[in-house]
Amino acid sequence: MQVDIQTNGIRPIRQTFSFIARRLGADKPASRYQEATIDMQPEANFHYRPLWQPEYALYDQRRTAIRMTDWYAFKDPRQYYYGTYTMARARQQEAAEKQLEFVEKRGLLAAVDEGTRALLLEAVVPLRHYEWGANMNNCYITGYGWGAAVTQATMFATMDRLGLAQIISRIGLAIDGGDGSSLAHAKQQWLQAQHWQGVRRLIENLFVTKDWFEVFIGQNLVLDGLLQPLMFRRIEAALNPHTGNALSLATSFINEWIDDTSRWVDATVKTAADESPDNARQLSQWRQLWRDETMLALEPLARHALGAAAEETLAAVVRDFDARSVRLGLSF
Amino acid sequence: MSQIPVFIALQSNDDTRPIIDAIGSDNPQARVSDYPAMVKIDAPGRLVIRRSSVEERLGRAWDVQELHLNLISLSGNIDETDEEFRLYRGDDNR
Repeated sequence: MQVDIQTNGIRPIRQTFSFIARRLGADKPASRYQEATIDMQPEANFHYRPLWQPEYALYDQRRTAIRMTDWYAFKDPRQYYYGTYTMARARQQEAAEKQLEFVEKRGLLAAVDEGTRALLLEAVVPLRHYEWGANMNNCYITGYGWGAAVTQATMFATMDRLGLAQIISRIGLAIDGGDGSSLAHAKQQWLQAQHWQGVRRLIENLFVTKDWFEVFIGQNLVLDGLLQPLMFRRIEAALNPHTGNALSLATSFINEWIDDTSRWVDATVKTAADESPDNARQLSQWRQLWRDETMLALEPLARHALGAAAEETLAAVVRDFDARSVRLGLSF
Repeated sequence: MSQIPVFIALQSNDDTRPIIDAIGSDNPQARVSDYPAMVKIDAPGRLVIRRSSVEERLGRAWDVQELHLNLISLSGNIDETDEEFRLYRGDDNR
């Protein structure tokens, strides 16, 4: 008996969902990110207007001054949807956990000298409250924003910010040996210390900012774009040698995260600015507003942590930020 | 420049779609043919797969070595660096 082995090509009738095909312009295979993002925003049949805001529908494009003809023009360059996001973060969490364990087991942060310990408690650990504020602000964007391409990524950002807050808390616990006194101290710092009041004021102002895209610019572009490089690049670099490099180990995920996340923030801002001169003008105005306030707020913080080098360091951070803003098509 | 064909055949799946897309746009002379569960790309003389082009489509860092996970077959001389994977014929490697 002779057996003929043949291959039979079975072609799928369609390569993707029709609504994706309409948007891609052809029936071609779409990535999982596209299939999990495009047209996910509920757009019709809301029936009732919210009692607390009857001028708008439940989801409404008019909640921001930014206008887009296609809200799915926003693309996350990291292509995160639920699956890829959770897998990427699980991997990173495992690595971060190892590094924190290394620091904790050897008591590296508990052994630092008095001055460094005070600076860590006064300048680094209170950042957990900043991160929680960033979580709230991204929650607001997720709740009131329009278009799954934006709100899906901001939802992931909310979880990221809680993660960062936890890492910073772990640094506090590594300093106080696990009794939690550093966290209570950090809260008092955040609430009362002069050098934190500017940043706290900005975070609280963002809590009551109505336009969700302005919150995005204020929090994710300006505040993060200035405060995080200052804290996790400059101040971290100044403190790190006194901690036997333990601080760099403990914050290495945060540094990675900043690079990764600013790619997404940049893509989002650039897409909105490229859409129309009106958008670019509005975004530039918001940027300028929050940038000036943030510089004032960061000045005492930088002075507290860096002393005489504060002015020069802050100027360098602002220079980098301004250069980045120009790349995004913002003017000032 | 040699015109003797080179080819690379990759599995057809979610992982390779961005790679195939990148090859197509970096090598205008290449011909992409679909087979059951496989995509074969033929090109006269040379073919290049660039890390940067794949990363752009993939949205994450991509190691050129990851190509081998989905590689079925290829023909030609190989020049592999961190930046690109190049197929060519004989000494004709530019």
